[in-house]
Amino acid sequence: MTSRRIVFLMLGTTIAAAPLAIRCARSYAQQPADKPAVTHAVPAADNGGTVVMLCDGKTSIEVRNLKPGQTMSRAQAQAVSDSLMAKWQRAHPGERWEVAQASPAGGQTSYAAGSARVAPAAAPSLAVQQGDTYASFQPRDYQVWKAETDKFVADGKSIFHDAKALGSTIGISCDMCHPDASNTHPETYPKYQVQLQRVALLRDMIDWCIENPIKGKALDPNDPKLRALEAYIYAQRKGVPLDYGKH
Amino acid sequence: MAARHKSVETKYMEDRDKVLRGLGRLDRRTFLKVLAASAGAVMAKGLVAPHTFQLVNVADAAVDKSASGTGAAGTPPFTFAYVSDTHMYLRTLNQRFVKGAVKAVEDVNALDPQPDFVLFGGDLAQLGRPEELEQGKGVLSMLKAPVKMMVGEHDWFYDLGEKWQELFGPPNYSFDWKGVHVIVLMSVHEKDFWTARKLTPAERMQIVAGLDNGIQSRFEVGDEERAWLKRDLAKVPTSTPLLVFSHSPLYKYYRNWNFWTEDAEQVQALLRPYPKVTVIHGHTHQMLFNQVGNISFYGMLSTAWPWPYAPEGLPPLTVQMNRADPYDQLDGLGDGRIDVGKDGLADMMYNLWDRNPVTVHSQYLRSRGKLYRPPAPQFASY
Repeated sequence: MTSRRIVFLMLGTTIAAAPLAIRCARSYAQQPADKPAVTHAVPAADNGGTVVMLCDGKTSIEVRNLKPGQTMSRAQAQAVSDSLMAKWQRAHPGERWEVAQASPAGGQTSYAAGSARVAPAAAPSLAVQQGDTYASFQPRDYQVWKAETDKFVADGKSIFHDAKALGSTIGISCDMCHPDASNTHPETYPKYQVQLQRVALLRDMIDWCIENPIKGKALDPNDPKLRALEAYIYAQRKGVPLDYGKH
Repeated sequence: MAARHKSVETKYMEDRDKVLRGLGRLDRRTFLKVLAASAGAVMAKGLVAPHTFQLVNVADAAVDKSASGTGAAGTPPFTFAYVSDTHMYLRTLNQRFVKGAVKAVEDVNALDPQPDFVLFGGDLAQLGRPEELEQGKGVLSMLKAPVKMMVGEHDWFYDLGEKWQELFGPPNYSFDWKGVHVIVLMSVHEKDFWTARKLTPAERMQIVAGLDNGIQSRFEVGDEERAWLKRDLAKVPTSTPLLVFSHSPLYKYYRNWNFWTEDAEQVQALLRPYPKVTVIHGHTHQMLFNQVGNISFYGMLSTAWPWPYAPEGLPPLTVQMNRADPYDQLDGLGDGRIDVGKDGLADMMYNLWDRNPVTVHSQYLRSRGKLYRPPAPQFASY
């Protein structure tokens, strides 16, 4: 495999297919950095174009009009990516890519040498359970989910600091009394909250503050704003042991 | 017969006179021990609030004779009050903060005798708007005693001090008062963070108004004003007690919330030749005190909202106030009075609204916490 082909393989996979890249990434197992990266044997181009290979190391197509040194437009790259997946699907009728790649037999994928080195999964150990959904989660999954969660927390942070978003009629936002969400004690709920005269969850106390010091309208418990505020407050207390009922 | 039988009252008065005469003959160290012990006994019985305990006045006389570093007979004692961190929006938007400021004004006006002057501790306005500053001036004009104004960041960063200086004059100045040299600093200068980001004045002010966004620069006195301070102190003999008024604390408490003065060490170095320095600062909205070398620090309360104690950096000498009850709009807030003794050192009386007052004595700080420890909280920050 020439280095040009490797480069175009990279280009193909990076430009073309966010979906393709994600699919490939889902197949990576966590490997120590010292294991050598697997490189795939990309077949030669028969018609003077460039061969693009799927990260399973087997499926490839030749893009005839793509000469060495050329880059594809996004539309072209998407078409190449779609063709590759279609080809794989034809070779694996009735199967699903995610499941096939997650299974031990399908774990032979990597980007070409030159990109981030992630070695494929080692032969599965008999000492560790395999095959179920949770065991198939990959680092990329965790990254995506963490990004979603952090985004939710960030939404909560921006509402926390914004009197208008909270609906305050007197220009007060949560951070004025609670910089960095200090003195909110989310780890102490549920507890009897004297200001509400009943046992409260964190959500109830947030609503009380919105109604009283902030003089806004209390949010519905399922309001995404309230949920985001709650998320931000909890996030600021990561690692603090739970201690419900503490005053 | 009359000589042999003394009434209970007579015996009590004779005993009391004996004790008081005996106190005058004690050496200083023993006197202070007796004082602390009896004050403790009285407080334990809950008989009187500490700041009204009369023997403290007698202690002043005993203490200042052996006060170090001064050849002078001492300064006449005096009292001044403070109102700080009022953070007023226009009353059409928010009445709560205006009510707080007015309550403090009424507290100070009710003092009898009136204090020598009233220090305004900074952050008169909330968002630095000219109308807010005008409104604030109107509220403070109700004070009977003369007012010494100090600027805070909420007053400054909308128009970089234009309206403040028009209404109240230069942001830093000094004067002498009954043998004490008083310095008012502008200690909330910030290195320019707004030009590169192309912020409007309102945006700049909004960022400065937020405690925890980390975008604004840390407070500083700055090179120019430190040079002014040096020139000002050149005329002041080191035996003179100093009172320094500052909005930022002039020490480093918690960087993330700008409870901080970036050039604190350099300012403290300028003050080091003076054995008696007391800094009164605003900005922190909590009962807060510290001793660094020769300098005692007292933080003023706010009239607008209280702040929790920072997660780290709290001076070890600070005895926290109980957590504020959010249900009570006055809790954790207040104003106060500072009593400057014959020795030129200052005690701070925290007039906490809806709570018992707390007095912090200069000797508590200067003894590094051994004497006159203020009452402990039941609900510290966590």
